[in-house]
Amino acid sequence: MFFLKLVLRNAFRARLRSALTVLGLVIALVAFGLLQTVVGAWYAGSEAASASRLVTRNSISLVFPLPMYYREKILAIDGVRGVAVSNWFGGVWRDEKSFFAQFATDLPSYFAMYPEFKFRPDEWQDLLRDREGAAVGRQLADLYGFKVGDRVPIRGTIYPGNWEFNVRAIYEGRDDATITRQFYFHYDYLNEFLKQRFPRAADNAGVFVIDVDDPAKVADVARTIDAEFANSLAATLTETEKAFSLSFVAMVDTIIQVISGVSFIVILIIFAVAANTMAMTARERLSEYATLKALGFGPGFVARLIFSESVMIAAVGGAIAIAVTPGIAQGFFNALGKTVFARFDVAPATLATQALAAFAVGALAALVPMVRSAHVKIVDGLRHVG
Amino acid sequence: MRIPFSYIARNLWVRRLTTVLTAGGMALVVFVFAAVMMLDAGLKATLVATGSDDNVLFIRKGAETEVQSGVARDQAALIESLPQIARDERGAARVSKEVVVLNSLAKIDSGKRSNVPIRGVTAMGLALRPHVKIVQGRTFRPGSSEIVVGASVARQFVGVELGQSLAFAQRQWTVVGVFDAGRTAFDSEIWGDAEQLAQAFRRFGGYSSVIAQLTSYDAFDALLEGLANEPRLTVEVKRERQFYEDQSRALSGFISYLGITLSIIFSLGAVIGAAITMYSSVATRTGEIGTLRALGFRRRSILTAFLLESLLLALVGGLAGLFAATFLQAFTISTTNFTSFSELAFSFALTPKIILNSVAFALVMGLIGGFLPAIKASRMKIVDALRAD
Repeated sequence: MFFLKLVLRNAFRARLRSALTVLGLVIALVAFGLLQTVVGAWYAGSEAASASRLVTRNSISLVFPLPMYYREKILAIDGVRGVAVSNWFGGVWRDEKSFFAQFATDLPSYFAMYPEFKFRPDEWQDLLRDREGAAVGRQLADLYGFKVGDRVPIRGTIYPGNWEFNVRAIYEGRDDATITRQFYFHYDYLNEFLKQRFPRAADNAGVFVIDVDDPAKVADVARTIDAEFANSLAATLTETEKAFSLSFVAMVDTIIQVISGVSFIVILIIFAVAANTMAMTARERLSEYATLKALGFGPGFVARLIFSESVMIAAVGGAIAIAVTPGIAQGFFNALGKTVFARFDVAPATLATQALAAFAVGALAALVPMVRSAHVKIVDGLRHVG
Repeated sequence: MRIPFSYIARNLWVRRLTTVLTAGGMALVVFVFAAVMMLDAGLKATLVATGSDDNVLFIRKGAETEVQSGVARDQAALIESLPQIARDERGAARVSKEVVVLNSLAKIDSGKRSNVPIRGVTAMGLALRPHVKIVQGRTFRPGSSEIVVGASVARQFVGVELGQSLAFAQRQWTVVGVFDAGRTAFDSEIWGDAEQLAQAFRRFGGYSSVIAQLTSYDAFDALLEGLANEPRLTVEVKRERQFYEDQSRALSGFISYLGITLSIIFSLGAVIGAAITMYSSVATRTGEIGTLRALGFRRRSILTAFLLESLLLALVGGLAGLFAATFLQAFTISTTNFTSFSELAFSFALTPKIILNSVAFALVMGLIGGFLPAIKASRMKIVDALRAD
């Protein structure tokens, strides 16, 4: 009890210095937590993707389409329950910064394999009836304020021209994990245009999304599909939807690794600050430590004193950081992140790492002062002036 | 009267551990700051150097990249006849009609696939890029299924060694050479014969882009005017340099935005470190401050002395961070460029502007961190300060 009291009194004796150190710790740990969350958010889309749906694309690269007649051939393969077309439209609404994904799909077969998207029956009927109709996800609708009945102009970059769509339905996600940030419209609307203007580009699919009746057969079905088209004009590459979406994340892997690496530098920075605080504290109190030793306390006691003080300051900083990180993450997400990320949740592992980092900083910062003060000769210590 | 600089510098030397730790924190911040700016500069340098001054590039209106674009054969022929396009000694237009597609290849280190641009070029296309040199093997024979790969592609991807062949578009393409494009975006590409690639990829409709040399740098305005008066042409023209600079915009914006945000947040930690050090520096020398004031040094001299101490501390940190960052120049980063949707390799590039900015950034940290402690020191009353010890 006496020991704890002594540590506590010591820790907050130089109030300004301790407060600044704690503040620095909080800032650094929160920054670390946010960066880790950014890294996690990058993978969130892929985690929501299904491992039981397949995506078939041209094996050369996504830039090349697949002929539409592949659809019937794929449907005939054993184990395939449904096939839908999906074309990346890549248009620009308002400006480049207000980005969202648009897909031309055959809506009835597409949404039949996405039970996680919920439509209102009347809106669904309106969507099917309107050739220029579009379905907008709830998160996307909230982000840019799309309402049913809106006319949305989009400038095509891959498919030239100024396109206009009518928002006919806004679909909800089945649960919180479902990402509803997409914009879907009728494949036929796009294809009719292509037939007139660029007949060679018509009747093509960007990718086929395939529903497999038994999740255990996914790998077999994928192999069968690729074997079927191996020697045709457009060879295919079939992978699970999850692998497909992870391949996009993999493209910016380097950047994610850099962010992750940099997040540890901030811990190093704050370690330097905390170590400095402890070094100065110990130096100023050298004569006190000598006094303690003269009174009969061993070098271990002095070392424990410094260690406990350092860890206590770090613990206070760590506790505050862990308490405020989720709130700050949410604020950051509301203010800036919604156009970039679908989800921005602080993972429990991130909070645990923050706690661990705080302890490590506290413990390591005490190291040099501990050794120095424990070994100081009583005479030298008493003679020492701050 | 000014307080001697050696007094200021020695204060830092006496408390070496503290100085090293505080300057070390700042060095880390400056390192991050400089690294990100160097990455951005390297990206820009790579893309800007890809274009040549006299070359222009025609793409379909509204297309952002060559891969998205399509220029019909009749349009390409019209372009060739424009008066601002240079001609060689035999009167042929210095124009290269090219096909650019993306092919996903597996990377050596991760096994993951990434998009590599495959460019079909003509003999004239090679002449228009004199900075591209074959460093291994030979160039592809026109009319054959041969390809040459850029130096970065050769380093990073599986199956593109000399003599190996890639299977795509129902053909085997043999790698017969490796070219060095002098650290430009072409290093991240694979080149082959334009007509062969167009056939294999069944691009009968036309080309992706048309690259042309102007009669002179200043002919561009006349070219724009001519284009506006030619309703049959539905293409857009950009200077080649401008085109590649535009390709860097999204990724460069992302990198610098991220970098500046991180540097500012990280710098808070280092500024707090500097403030702690300086406060303690003031506290332990209260008696000295009293003595200096009693000797006749003015408040302003005390203020300046402590500010200089903090700035010197920051300068040491800043230079250390910058020094560490210079070693990054040996590294090359490779990532997907958002705009072109393809892999692009680029290095960290240190520019004089980055050096200046990094030092300025460090000094600002020192100034902010040392400001309040210096004010506190200058406001001390002589009697109180002398009595403090």
